[in-house]
Amino acid sequence: MFSRAYRAVVTVPPLLWVTVFLLIPYALMFCYSFWMVSTSQTIVHSWSLANYRQLLTVDVYWQTLLRSMWIAARVMLFSLLLGYPLAYFLSFYAGAKKDLFYQLVIIPLWVSYLVRAYAWKTILGSDGVLNTLLQYVHLTKHPLEFLLYSPFAVVLTLTHIYTPFTFLPIYASLEHIPRNLVEASSDLGASPAQTFWRVIFPLSIPGVLAGATFAFVLSLGDFLAPLLLGGPSGIMISNIVVSLFGAAYNWPLGAAISLCMLVLVVSLLFVSERLEKKWSFS
Amino acid sequence: MLTREQPVAALEASATSSTLLDIHKIAKSFGKNVVLRGISLQVAEGEFLTILGESGSGKTTLLRIIAGFESATSGELWMGGERLDRLPPYKRRVNTVFQHYALFPHLTVEQNVGYGLRVAKHSASEIDAQVEQALARVKMTAYAKAKPSKISGGQQQRVALARALVKRPQLLLLDEPLSALDANLRRQMQLELKSLQREVGISFVFVTHDQDEAMVMSDRIALLRAGELEQVATPREIYSRPATSYAAQFIGHTNLLRADVRDGVAHCGSLFWTSQLPDGSALLSLRPENIEVAAPSGVPGKVRFRGKLRHKAFHGASELLQIECADGLLFSVRTEARSDWQGELEFEFDPADAFPVRNSEAA
Repeated sequence: MFSRAYRAVVTVPPLLWVTVFLLIPYALMFCYSFWMVSTSQTIVHSWSLANYRQLLTVDVYWQTLLRSMWIAARVMLFSLLLGYPLAYFLSFYAGAKKDLFYQLVIIPLWVSYLVRAYAWKTILGSDGVLNTLLQYVHLTKHPLEFLLYSPFAVVLTLTHIYTPFTFLPIYASLEHIPRNLVEASSDLGASPAQTFWRVIFPLSIPGVLAGATFAFVLSLGDFLAPLLLGGPSGIMISNIVVSLFGAAYNWPLGAAISLCMLVLVVSLLFVSERLEKKWSFS
Repeated sequence: MLTREQPVAALEASATSSTLLDIHKIAKSFGKNVVLRGISLQVAEGEFLTILGESGSGKTTLLRIIAGFESATSGELWMGGERLDRLPPYKRRVNTVFQHYALFPHLTVEQNVGYGLRVAKHSASEIDAQVEQALARVKMTAYAKAKPSKISGGQQQRVALARALVKRPQLLLLDEPLSALDANLRRQMQLELKSLQREVGISFVFVTHDQDEAMVMSDRIALLRAGELEQVATPREIYSRPATSYAAQFIGHTNLLRADVRDGVAHCGSLFWTSQLPDGSALLSLRPENIEVAAPSGVPGKVRFRGKLRHKAFHGASELLQIECADGLLFSVRTEARSDWQGELEFEFDPADAFPVRNSEAA
């Protein structure tokens, strides 16, 4: 048994941390979301649902929220489409080079997010690498404008950034599949494709769910990629929250939107965890 | 390639019509590690053949080559006039019961059993009927809807068996399927498996490291040692006429006597007897049960020796005694179980029971 003093030392600091930096700010945000900004730009502590009503009725807010979800959904889809085959190849066919490939997938995570986002800016811009190349080989006459400052650029960048996050849980779940199940399936007459769809894929679903949740949740709340690469058409909900807490000085509305996001994300995590449990058979 | 597709092995196989599987000079190396050194072996139709060997003898590798999970470095497999080793596992009419059962954890018992039929696109009604029959055969009908994680090891074993048999294979491979079960259940399953094999009439190739299991179940035993076949024979034959000292020691207990034969007399320590063996040194296997307590009046033709009791092991009906003679010779003797064995004792054996074996030490 541990002494009282030891238990106090190990439990109090994290509890304090969570309280000061998580619970209190959330409680404050919760309160703010029901308050108002007066015409004289001061925050009035009177309780109402006006902010939530605004979120649902003012086009720019709910449309941006929907667009953010649509962007996040595409990032999720593309990072699954990239991450799954990669994880599958590594787990089943990379053989002795497995660890090397694994490191190659992980290395981008060591590079700052900002650097990677800027890199896409230099690739996709009007005078960027891609446009210069396209014009050089005479595929286009003028720089393609949709490449940068568009939802396309945001989806591309976020997919690049979050694919390793999707890859990792899928890879882990594939590595957990006992190889004798694959042999048993083949032994019972299943072709490699049948073995994949009837055995390997169903057993990797927990990893797919975890990876999809990572990609969706992380992209949904992303703020830098739309800021740097999104342009006016690629704005996401976090950019709006940032401006509401900043230049627009409407903390109550910013808090209301944030709270909605929080509820959305927490329910997603909850559902995904339930599904993962349902699909795990260890 | 100038040679035709029908090699000698296949011609031999067709000559003896009951041969189902012909293993022809199968060799396997993993890098520099040689696991199988040219194994040739025939499995007859309806036969229960056990591949017996210690861990590392290559027995599982041989089974995996037959199933198709490994490819041989050289050699051929023939089954029904067809090169088996060129087919992928899912096209071979061979099914496997895996050491750890390898049941699909996301499927129920009945879905596991029906798996092979479902991937072969049989109709749902046919699958249901066959699965029901297979589950009834292994007495697992009550657990049809259960997931594998909810049933015991012995039950998983039965499901794995049903799953393989429902495919009606020509040959069933079993990779130490009983090794994870406790001793009682294991003995029960040995008998069940043997009677099931008789019932369905399919050839079984059974891999084990347990010589008792091999003795109880097999029609023939192929004893594998360091990638080479030491002896292939019926359990009775391999026990009473072991080809090598390794076979004699691995299957049951034995006394290995080093004898020197000169002019028709075998000398072993201070013992000697007349012998038909050619002059020179010989290695003889003498089973402990072939040594008896010496009769008060000597029996002509039997060899007598005296020795001190060093150790005794109680085996229920019988007892195994360790006897050390004055000249240093050690004997294991199986006698009736008695509590009063002690001190110096006199024994005798018939030299005809001392069976000459090839020395395997050099191998």
